[in-house]
Amino acid sequence: MLTACATPDVAVLLPGADGKTGAVAVKQKGAEALLDSPYAFAQSRLSGHPRTGHSNASEVQRSFGAALASMPPAPVSFTVYFLSGSDEFTDESKVEVEKLLAEMARRPAPEITVIGHTDRVGTQRMNDDLSLQRAERVRELLAKSGIDAGKITVSARGEREPLIPTADDVPEPRNRRVEVNVR
Amino acid sequence: MKTLLHSSALLAFCFALSSTSVSAAEVGKIKVSTGAVYIERAAQRLPAPVGAEVLASDTIVTGENGSAGITFIDNSRLSIGPNSVLAIDRLNFDQTTHDGAFDTSLKRGTLSVISGKIAKRSPDAMTVRTPSMILGVRGTEFVVRAGE
Repeated sequence: MLTACATPDVAVLLPGADGKTGAVAVKQKGAEALLDSPYAFAQSRLSGHPRTGHSNASEVQRSFGAALASMPPAPVSFTVYFLSGSDEFTDESKVEVEKLLAEMARRPAPEITVIGHTDRVGTQRMNDDLSLQRAERVRELLAKSGIDAGKITVSARGEREPLIPTADDVPEPRNRRVEVNVR
Repeated sequence: MKTLLHSSALLAFCFALSSTSVSAAEVGKIKVSTGAVYIERAAQRLPAPVGAEVLASDTIVTGENGSAGITFIDNSRLSIGPNSVLAIDRLNFDQTTHDGAFDTSLKRGTLSVISGKIAKRSPDAMTVRTPSMILGVRGTEFVVRAGE
């Protein structure tokens, strides 16, 4: 006797908070369905071909309300810059650090990732090293502001994620930044 | 129209997927925890209050009145409703390149997902399995229910 599972599996794509809706590719036994519009759903079927259609916000709330209510808050990033030629924060960046502390106080178990970025002057390798150094310096400064260094991870993105896209080797001070992300 | 909740009984495959990843590194942290929530790790059942670390190959289990939310190292967020079982099969993440892989299995219950940097970097690098389906995540918010 086959074990009967009472209800089929269902996946529903939701509209993103930022207005963009992504996509989910659903595979069941080799048959595929692509969910790429808000509330599109796929439901597994014995035949192996998922049933597809569109649901809506209130059906989703009814079936998934408890899970949705436990979604953690979105991580938030703050950007800090160094005073040119120095290792200290600009005045605007000191304000960002205050906002960071306030955001941390709003979360019960905050974790910080300090992410160094550079512009595209120099080689990828040099920029990896430079962005790491800057991120480590920011970790030190944050620790001085009273944040437990144990809560802070450091990483370096080098020139991979410019705020302002440029051609290679073009200086752009707005890209030479350190991002402090709290989740 | 038949609603999602009131489908007639269908056969679905309910099989346990075993995890083969072995890692002691923290890959996530419990950020929301209500009612009965546990982490199953190496044959132990551990409490999972807010702040508890989640390791690759952990399974998060909620009871009848339980629900939990977890934020992972790539900033993806997953939350589960009551009577749910979510296994973390694998999470690798390179902080520099954002290359990685994030695979979970919802064995039963309900799950809500907002993907992060791993899915943004490569479509289908993040997957969620249910007993009968595999979902490839392409930068998105979605919900999943696994029948039992």
